Amino acid sequence: MLKDITIGQFFPGNSIIHRMDSRFKIVLDILYVVMLFVADNFISLTIAGIFILMAYAVSGIKPIMMVKSLKPLLPLILFTAILNLFFINGTEEPLFKWWVITIYWEGISTAIFMIVRIICLIIGMSLLTYTTSPIVLTDAIERLLSPLKKIKLPVHELAMMMTIALRFIPTLIEETDKIMSAQKARGAELDTGGLLKRAKALVPILIPLFVSAFKRANELAMAMECRCYKGGDGRTKLRQLKASGLDYMVSLLMITVFGFIIVDNMVF
Amino acid sequence: MNIIEVKNLNFEYPVTDDEGNVVGGNKVLKDINLEIPKGQFVAVLGHNGSGKSTLAKHFNGILVGNSGKVYVNGIDTSDDEKIYDVRQTVGMVFQNPDNQLVATIVEEDVAFAPENLGLPPEQIRERVDSALNAVDMYKYRLHSAHQLSGGQKQRIAIAGVIAMRPECIVLDEPTAMLDPKGRKSIMSTIKRLNKELGITIILITHYMDEAAQAERVVVMDNGNIIMDDVPKKIFSQVDRLNEVGLDVPQVTQLAYELKKEGIDISLEVLTEEECAEELLKIVNKN
Repeated sequence: MLKDITIGQFFPGNSIIHRMDSRFKIVLDILYVVMLFVADNFISLTIAGIFILMAYAVSGIKPIMMVKSLKPLLPLILFTAILNLFFINGTEEPLFKWWVITIYWEGISTAIFMIVRIICLIIGMSLLTYTTSPIVLTDAIERLLSPLKKIKLPVHELAMMMTIALRFIPTLIEETDKIMSAQKARGAELDTGGLLKRAKALVPILIPLFVSAFKRANELAMAMECRCYKGGDGRTKLRQLKASGLDYMVSLLMITVFGFIIVDNMVF
Repeated sequence: MNIIEVKNLNFEYPVTDDEGNVVGGNKVLKDINLEIPKGQFVAVLGHNGSGKSTLAKHFNGILVGNSGKVYVNGIDTSDDEKIYDVRQTVGMVFQNPDNQLVATIVEEDVAFAPENLGLPPEQIRERVDSALNAVDMYKYRLHSAHQLSGGQKQRIAIAGVIAMRPECIVLDEPTAMLDPKGRKSIMSTIKRLNKELGITIILITHYMDEAAQAERVVVMDNGNIIMDDVPKKIFSQVDRLNEVGLDVPQVTQLAYELKKEGIDISLEVLTEEECAEELLKIVNKN
């Protein structure tokens, strides 16, 4: 049951978005988020929304995945919408008034605006993880952050930690499964009782899991040393990240849209 | 020419009391002398705690003895400046395949060692492909490691070591966690690497039938090497092996029992075919 969890939710494919250099994808995604916050009227926001919908269409990711990515953040979206709906004061007559609740036209429009903005934000970020494998993403982050080595940030070590974490997630999930079965076989009650009781029941699962994780770490470190690991200095990579014409084309498109939105903001 | 030379090697783990003070040592290796020629397939046998794994970790400088020396191609393993030459020459494979794979994707993991050596990408690609072909796992190169069986994972671990182009591979009980099918595939892979690529193999094991397939068997007990010979000569000494807590292959055991009953059979049988032949000879004689 725990085995079915997928990490990073990567969907392999061969679309334009899949083939883009992952460094460009990360930077453009950040740029897109900035763009969403720069856009301050409905026309700009609609353009940004159409842009990401088109990206999804090109990527071949099923539209249902957009909905799935929104699900965990639904409470946040609703909370933001409700706050805006009730607490924005308009200049005209309130549309609706009952007890302490007053709703103005501005409140409704701001609420819709915020919902669209957050939805675009979330599906935009999801597109990155849907179309890029976690390993490639780690690689790209390592390279993007590499200038920070100058200020002694251990970039290679962080990336190596991420790689190993991704590698060991399925292994440790399997192990957790085994330990849970073993403890259940000894009469542990994991699914009953109040919150406190359940939390306490986790202790006999976490302790063996930690002990085993440390043991694994020890053995892995030895195996890595045996394979001549000596840190990031002088290390090369099998996979080379190369920017192609495609990446520059998409970047150009993105910058054009961004430019249009800025102009649009100034005009309206 | 010897690839590995061990000279008067002693090693002890420090024993500490409750407060962490060193109060003595637990001698694991006692004055070991061993020479391993290039291209040989050697099995090291011994029951738990005989010091066989500890000895293996000295072959590529993971451990360094308290006294005595280990030389790999003439390089002293205690020389810190040349430790990576030593590790590149002598690769090591451990018991648990899960704990030696570094990357999620098979080919990325095999690429780990050549990446560490700082090779250009084209050469890494070439080494990864040839290493995966050598263990017959090329078609799995884009799979996730955790989807593979134990035997397949262990073969990936071996490929990860081969990608360094070592002259010698030390395998520390590589089949202990595998099912019979996985064990078989690992043994045939090891033998092929030894024959086709001429890689020196040191196989640490406690399975007698695996040791019987080697050219030479070294038996360890309590930190000492007590026997060192070809498998036939080793396994015919059934009483001696039993004394140090080791069994012999089943067919040898059968011959031993028959001999005790007064039947004139050679104890130098290791495979089922050899045993059948010997039995046929006796049947025909009577």
